[in-house]
Amino acid sequence: MGKRVGMEVAIASAEAAALCKFDVAAVYPITPQSHVAEHLSDIVNDGRVDASFITVESEHSALSSAMGAAATGARVVTATSSQGLLYMSEVMPITSAMRLPIVMLIANRAVSGPINIWNDHSDIMPMRDTGWISFFAENGQEVVDMTIQAFRVGEDRRVMLPVNVNMDGFQLTHMVEPIIMPDQEEVDRFLPSYIPYATLHPDKVVSMGTLGMPEIYAEAQKSKDVAIVNSIDVIREVWKEWEKQFGRKYEPIQAYRTEDAEIALMTMGSMGETAEIAVDELRKQGMKVGLLKIKLWRPFPFDDLRKAIKGIKVLAVTDRACSFGGPGGPVFSEIRSALYDVPKRPKIVNYIIGLGGRDVQVEDFMEMARKAAKGKLSEPYVFYGVRG
Amino acid sequence: MSEKKWPETWQEVNPGCMVFRPGSASEYHTGSWRAKRPIWDNSKCIKCGVCYIFCPEGCIAEDADGFFVANFDYCKGCGICAHECWPKAIAMVNEED
Repeated sequence: MGKRVGMEVAIASAEAAALCKFDVAAVYPITPQSHVAEHLSDIVNDGRVDASFITVESEHSALSSAMGAAATGARVVTATSSQGLLYMSEVMPITSAMRLPIVMLIANRAVSGPINIWNDHSDIMPMRDTGWISFFAENGQEVVDMTIQAFRVGEDRRVMLPVNVNMDGFQLTHMVEPIIMPDQEEVDRFLPSYIPYATLHPDKVVSMGTLGMPEIYAEAQKSKDVAIVNSIDVIREVWKEWEKQFGRKYEPIQAYRTEDAEIALMTMGSMGETAEIAVDELRKQGMKVGLLKIKLWRPFPFDDLRKAIKGIKVLAVTDRACSFGGPGGPVFSEIRSALYDVPKRPKIVNYIIGLGGRDVQVEDFMEMARKAAKGKLSEPYVFYGVRG
Repeated sequence: MSEKKWPETWQEVNPGCMVFRPGSASEYHTGSWRAKRPIWDNSKCIKCGVCYIFCPEGCIAEDADGFFVANFDYCKGCGICAHECWPKAIAMVNEED
């Protein structure tokens, strides 16, 4: 049934990867991911999994060697954050194009400049279009569960794509949380051995990472798009099975007290739990408010969103990254675009919050909901709480 | 050629664009890119093989008499062989001439 432990979430994510019996870890340490890197290294050194730990000289090398290892048929984990993720960005779309199901643990952190090591989502947002499946965890338990699910989804023959698991830096990585750590037997039952589609092997010749000329490049991109779009069915199937086996439910968009809600907040990542308390407080005051939490960012859950917004009059989307000179935060602009063809859509407003580790408290979410309800936002997007 | 050069539709693209037929790149004749072609003057050639070593396409081979010839199915006309040939036995001439 698993064991309830108190564990730092970064450590727990590495433990979850160990339960998946990875073959290769290629990781370069960076704050606030360093504890993931250190603990993966410990696990390999202590012989707890039969694996190699590649001590690479950069994040670009980390993902490149992860790809090489995956191409030989290994189950591979890597991890990074912020500038490290940006440094990996050149390799990101190649990983998905080569359909290598690597799992990446991302301790989300602001990107420079100014230099900032604290949490927001400005590292993962530029990776949106690289063809990776993206999960967003809300707490330590979800980090552990999603890490295990990530291998299962990515390696499914109907998917064959890399998956990143996003956990907010410090807010999650450095928190000691109560976590139910599944037993090895349970994980073995859920996650079969990895049987790759093809492997680099001298006896069975295959070329990977080939040239795609103008005659084929567009067809290659279309086939990758179809693969990630269709992966949502496998993700749903895997999450249903997870719920059946482990009793914890996962949905692409999780609703909290939205049954009769007219106002809804929307979050992605660890702020969901703070927003829940704000919803409870506002409910006590008689406000019909709820919360929608995005757990699956790519593939984008269009159907779930359209179902989730039924009856909602004002939707306040929070973003933890900027799109400078753009239409608003990246989550907001996607939500608005996804609902453009829905006749009965809510008014959608955008708060950019929690940048570079700025604390967002229960009172802040209450204030955002109240302001959104009054419809008193003068701009398409607002930097909430910015002085001046 | 019995097999297609590339998949006709996106549905025919192998996952990861993997190619399971070894050596298939040789079917692509890069010689069509060529604007200039190398011409050997064998009276100046000392059979050192520098052109053979430097050719980035690997399309220069030694003939039965020990001189060197390019395979024009693949020679892109880059001129590296002519640049490296120190007895100046290779000249690059325009294709249309």
